[in-house]
Amino acid sequence: MKKTRPIQSDATGVTSWFRAARVSEFPADGGACVQYRHLQIAVFNFARRNEWYACQNQCPHKMQMVLSRGLIGSQAGEPKVACPFHKRTFSLKSGQCLNAEEDQITVFPVKVEDGFVFIGVPE
Amino acid sequence: MSRIIVVGNGMVGYRFCDKLRNSPAASAFEIIVYGEEPRPAYDRVHLSDYFRGMTGDNLLMAPRSWYEEHNIELHTGELVTEIDRTQKIIRTHNGRTDHYDILVLATGSAAFVPTMEGTERHGVFVYRTIEDLHHIETYSKKASRGAVMGGGLLGLEAAKALVDLGLETHVVEFAPRLMPRQVDDAGADVLKMKLQQFGLHVHTGKNTQAIEGNGKLEGLVFSDGSRLAVDMLVISAGIRPRDELARACGLRVAARGGIVVDDYMRTDDASIFAIGECVSHNNMVYGLVAPGYEMAEVVVRQLNSDVSRSFRGFDMSTKLKLIGVDVASFGDPFAETPGSVPIAFKDTRKGVYKRINVSEDGKYLVGGILVGDASAYNMLHQMVVNRMPLPENPEALIGIGAGAHEQEGGGVGDLPDTAQICSCENVTKADIVGQVTQHGATKIEDIKKATRACTGCGGCTPLVNDLLKQTLESLGHTIGKSLCEHFDYSRQELYDIVRVTGARTFDDLLDSHGKGDGCEICKPAVASILASAWNEPVPELPTIQDTNDRYLANIQRGGTYSVVPRIPGGEITPAKLMAIGRIAKKYNLYTKITGGQRIDMFGARVDQLPDIWEELIAEGFESGHAYGKALRTIKSCVGSTWCRYGVQDSVSFAIFIENRYKGLRAPHKIKGAVSGCIRECAEAQSKDFGIIATENGWNLYVCGNGGARPQHAKLLVADVDRETCVKLVDRFLMYYIRTADPLTRTATWLNKMEGGLEYLRDVIVNDSLGIGETLEKEIQDLIANYECEWKRVVESPHLRAQYRHFVNSEDNDDTLQFVTMRGQKCPVDWNKNT
Ligand code: SRM
Ligand SMILES: Cc1cc2nc3c(=O)[nH]c(=O)nc-3n(C[C@H](O)[C@H](O)[C@H](O)COP(=O)(O)OP(=O)(O)OC[C@H]3O[C@@H](n4cnc5c(N)ncnc54)[C@H](O)[C@@H]3O)c2cc1C
Ligand code: SF4
Ligand code: FES
Repeated sequence: MKKTRPIQSDATGVTSWFRAARVSEFPADGGACVQYRHLQIAVFNFARRNEWYACQNQCPHKMQMVLSRGLIGSQAGEPKVACPFHKRTFSLKSGQCLNAEEDQITVFPVKVEDGFVFIGVPE
Repeated sequence: MSRIIVVGNGMVGYRFCDKLRNSPAASAFEIIVYGEEPRPAYDRVHLSDYFRGMTGDNLLMAPRSWYEEHNIELHTGELVTEIDRTQKIIRTHNGRTDHYDILVLATGSAAFVPTMEGTERHGVFVYRTIEDLHHIETYSKKASRGAVMGGGLLGLEAAKALVDLGLETHVVEFAPRLMPRQVDDAGADVLKMKLQQFGLHVHTGKNTQAIEGNGKLEGLVFSDGSRLAVDMLVISAGIRPRDELARACGLRVAARGGIVVDDYMRTDDASIFAIGECVSHNNMVYGLVAPGYEMAEVVVRQLNSDVSRSFRGFDMSTKLKLIGVDVASFGDPFAETPGSVPIAFKDTRKGVYKRINVSEDGKYLVGGILVGDASAYNMLHQMVVNRMPLPENPEALIGIGAGAHEQEGGGVGDLPDTAQICSCENVTKADIVGQVTQHGATKIEDIKKATRACTGCGGCTPLVNDLLKQTLESLGHTIGKSLCEHFDYSRQELYDIVRVTGARTFDDLLDSHGKGDGCEICKPAVASILASAWNEPVPELPTIQDTNDRYLANIQRGGTYSVVPRIPGGEITPAKLMAIGRIAKKYNLYTKITGGQRIDMFGARVDQLPDIWEELIAEGFESGHAYGKALRTIKSCVGSTWCRYGVQDSVSFAIFIENRYKGLRAPHKIKGAVSGCIRECAEAQSKDFGIIATENGWNLYVCGNGGARPQHAKLLVADVDRETCVKLVDRFLMYYIRTADPLTRTATWLNKMEGGLEYLRDVIVNDSLGIGETLEKEIQDLIANYECEWKRVVESPHLRAQYRHFVNSEDNDDTLQFVTMRGQKCPVDWNKNT
């Protein structure tokens, strides 16, 4: 039984929406990193699918703060990001590592409203 | 239809329902579940993810709707308070009664709180449920120093959580060492050292007597009289099975707690089963989820009248998922097996401890401990559970002595068919191989679906991957020409397609000739094709470039970048040397002479790159493309200008060549060299193309390679003049760019080429395909359109803007950490980097 995770704005379990930055700050089909309290969150503008995703910026493999600089793409339809260092790939929906034994990464819901990107974060 | 009531909706209770509903006899049972917690079963194993932003709902094993879909009646927030065994009725805290034919107790366990003064104070917590973590997080906001009582598996996990919450964190352990149940003294030392590097304060051999404070806690008092001032405490002193219900209705419970069951999970009431952490089996309480799942399996089979499987105890091997430091303990970690002998090695500097225990006859592995590097865990663990014979020098298994390298880890090939690969779901090697050979599985996903391997803790994924690969190969499967799941074409075919269709963006090509959204394989490959075919400026295609190309610098450990200006032929003026020195000093960069006759400056933050390059460019430098699959360096020797043996001016030629091809994008990096005479001081025969001076001209060698599998370059032509030499290199490089597969160096490209060197010589020298001129023309265009990528970035605000760590703040990445080494800065070892 696969765990269900929030991916879009109708996601449940979000206690507050945090305004990250203007849409224009995020390159099409690429990622950028935003700061939220002590968290670094990688946000991806998956323009090709016209979807947005967010996950922790830290790669669990070697604890590197780089996922936002990784290439995004899909595996059998599942959106994923590849870590720049050793190409571990993680599902942007479930946070599961798709090609190795790594801890699951945390994913956050994203919504876009009047030109701004909002990230759903726990209180 | 008989009525099953499950008491407890935790991980095991849930798994029981899931397994039963997926079993043949599913329809024979009604399932009613009572859970005390407000929400349906969630993944307690990953509870700490709650602090990494995970909410209660995304930790759920399954959403409420799942229970409806599988017609399971779920009552959450309802505590079962009484069992009437004579009437087969349960009663809940709000008075509801319910009748059962079969009762399954899956009540789990609770955190054990030792009886001592002060445990009731504000600021004292346990670490078991989502609510616990919620309270911890809230309280931590007004706290600054926290302590965890208990240095075991869970204690350390809780401690890491407190660190992440920004508290100064202390771990207090009664035993003389951390993780006393899994690790020995030597291992614990290393572990302690590593944890202290996270900023964790470790106090072992400390017996807590009281929790001081009035109203809220203020500190701990130890039996030795010493005190520790903290404003928050998490107690993680072990678990106590929730056996109160069973006890109250007269079921037998073990002296040390836990509902007593037999090998079929039967209590001493024929219609009541117990599974999971609430159980005591042979006086053993299992605090791990895998044994609980196995118990659930055993009961489900009985309900399907299959008694072939019984519970025979469980291997307690564990790999701690504590972020930042590997700890694994498997089989008999302390060599308690009579006659067994330990082999161990410890590297306190690196923070690694490895120990294996070998049976008396030296034939088998009985167990071991790994701290700091648990990469060998899966394989070693397998060797224990499967009693696989040891190699004659077992120490090699942990990387000591001769043959260490080959030995470490070992191969899945040697595993017996019965080898249990996935312990969570009990999947054997034979099961997995069977999926490939009989059911045509070709992807790990297929195997996950069919066998559920890797779906639990995921620890077996690498092994399953290896098995899959091996079996596929044994069936003669060769990885097809297609680039990846998104393009059924080889790179060469795509290159031609791009040329013919005039596709100029990745999306164009994906729409016309691909499917899906692309990936980390096809994006950079297409990027390189577009660069070669149309001279698309790399900086303008940022998001399909690999990171090094996206930021025009090589990413380094810790996430900083290196800067490598071009120094053609390795020749540099004192003024430029000083410029590099000045700039490196200004930005505090680590400098090193590279193996490519130039200078690398490491440790630049992403936001510093444009500033550094602006200064380098002002001093007359250009990008060295050390980050690109592109021309790297043309090494030279001093040659006839200075050297008493030199027969030609190799430096001038090297500089000419490097400037001619700088910026050229290719399937992989390209390197060249020019030597002034046969002594070959520039190592030209180890390069993609190498030129060696002769009395009457130049010898051109091609397709050499250093690196992983060194290969000497082969002589293409001898004694040609400079112009001919350049023309042939033009053709050679362009032909390579057009036809090679992604990430294939010229050596491998030639090795795969039908007809080999003869064929290549025909195409390049004898122009057998009649494409000589086209090739020359194409490369001419590329050369004519060369521009320094860094110049473009420095001068274009929209590109420069991408060089920052956060898009919503001017801060820099505060996780970067450096140490000083021989007077220069270096990143901290990333195994220590939290
Ligand atoms: C800096 C340097 C080592 C040094 O301190 O001397 C170096 C550093 C790296 N090399 Fe190298 N190689 C360096 C000279 C070499 C040489 C020697 C040479 O070029 O004369 C070789 C063997 C010759 C050859 O390439 O055939 C070499 C064979 C490799 C290989 C193996 C290539 C192969 O075909 O097997 C890799 C891996 C790869 O490219 O896929 C590699 C990859 C790398 C990377 C880029 C790994 C990475 O992706 O981060 C290293 C980081 C570079 C950086 O700047 O961050 N490096 N590397 C040298 C930079 C040369 C330069 O000025 O550009
Ligand atoms: C922080 C943490 C980290 C862990 N990490 C790992 C790990 O890495 N690997 C590993 O294998 N294991 C790990 N564990 C242990 C693992 O979570 C347990 O082994 C597993 O949850 C046991 O499942 P269970 O269903 O038996 O008990 P539980 O998951 O505790 O479920 C029991 C449920 O029954 C409910 N209940 C109890 N009594 C009643 C009643 N009378 N009426 C109604 N409901 C009742 C409880 O409220 C609870 O919800 C970890 C545990 C914690 C707390
Ligand atoms: S040899 Fe290996 S470690 Fe050394 S620089 Fe090259 S790639 Fe890095
Ligand atoms: S650090 Fe991300 S894959 Fe290695």
